[in-house]
Parts: sequence; C-alpha cells; structure tokens
Amino acid sequence: MSGLFRSVLRAVQVGAATCRPKNFDAHVSVVPARLFCASAGENDLGEMVKKDKVVVFMKGTPAQPMCGFSNAVVQILRMHGVENYASYNVLEDQDLRQGVKTFSNWPTIPQVFFNGEFVGGCDILLQMHQNGDLVEELKKLGIRSALLDVEKDEKSK
Amino acid sequence: MAITADHVRNKLTTGVGAVHVEVEDTTANRCATSFKVLVVSPEFEGKTLLQRQRMVNSCLSEELKDIHAFEQKTLTPEQWEKHKAQ
Repeated sequence: MSGLFRSVLRAVQVGAATCRPKNFDAHVSVVPARLFCASAGENDLGEMVKKDKVVVFMKGTPAQPMCGFSNAVVQILRMHGVENYASYNVLEDQDLRQGVKTFSNWPTIPQVFFNGEFVGGCDILLQMHQNGDLVEELKKLGIRSALLDVEKDEKSK
Repeated sequence: MAITADHVRNKLTTGVGAVHVEVEDTTANRCATSFKVLVVSPEFEGKTLLQRQRMVNSCLSEELKDIHAFEQKTLTPEQWEKHKAQ
C-alpha cells in the first residue's frame, strides 16, 4: 500500500471515528475521499498480486494461520513444495481485508492469485489439488510441484 | 435476520437452477457464522470452478454479507452421479 493511500485513509477514519461504515457511506462530504481511496487501493492491489508468482491473502501468516480455511491453503501449497510465495495478513489491515474482496469480487478470505490472476479461495484450491489441476497450473508458473516426486498413490490423498 | 439452511437452499434452487442442494450449518466450530453447501446444477455445465462459485456467490450476495465462512462444492448433475457412486 502506498503511503499516500494509508495517510488519506487514516485521515478519513479519524474524521469518521464514531460512524459505522454503513453510516459512513451516507455522509456526503466523505464520498470523494472514499472514491479516491478505492481507486488507489485497486492500483496497489493490482501491483501486489503481480509482484510474485503466487500471492495469498489470508488470515494470519503461513507460520501461524488464524483460520481453518487459510490454514488449508497454506497446507496445500506446502504439500506441493510451494514455500516461496507472498502472503498478506488481512487481519492486520482492515482496508486490505475489504479491498481485496472488492478487487477480486470475491466475498471470502483466503484468496489465491497466480501470476496476478485470481485463482479462487480455499475450496477451489482444494479441488484443484484433488483433481490434479494444481500441478498443471504450477507448471505454467514454472514451479515443479513436489507431489510429482512422491509416489502416485500418495498423490491421490 | 438469521440465515437458515432452507433459505439458502431455496435461493440456490431459483437463482442458479440447482436440482440438488445440501446445506450444512457449520457454525459450531471455526470462525463464525458458517455454511457449507453442495450445489448441483445443469447450469454449471462447461463452466470452470471459479465461474461456478462466482454464480453461487452472486446468487447469495446478500446473505454472504452476514456469512463469515462459506464452503462450496459445485457439481453438474453428471458429476453428482459420479460423486454419489463413489
């Protein structure tokens, strides 16, 4: 996130400290600021998801996931030997938490991106893992799945 | 307003032409208000997983504002038959 984005948001939040987000929308004077924030946020996210081959927005960190679904994504990637990916903890940043949902038009966290493209959430990654698509998608990224190196009967787990 | 399994089922039946819906309230564990759904619809034919789940998400967009955790499995009738056979 750019410093500008953050500081603008901070300013807006301070001004609306007593308002809940819903009332916030109705407050005409802050609307231009919100619009500006939204577009700045999207630009940032556009950069964030492209910066690394594999990007995960999750609750907690890969070392300490804070939700079962985020944990599942981490475990699936680990099984494929994908350790080197960018992860963003949405619990640490409420603007990011909402921003990424808007950005990808997807209502839940975790969210996985490959080469800047939205792949899906936990269920999709799990099903891609189960039907073998994940190995293929990783190959397109130039990542060899570690599962290719283990026995075939292990793979069907 | 609490979201019921019946409500989710009805909405998916009309919204994405589901021929079979299983809704499980999984709230007891995990994050918060959570649901697990299995949706079988001929409208999923020829669509990717992402497209299918987007259809479900937009059908339930109002409800998802209050649902914190949402698991979904989206199958075509053909896949559902295979799934049942397993």
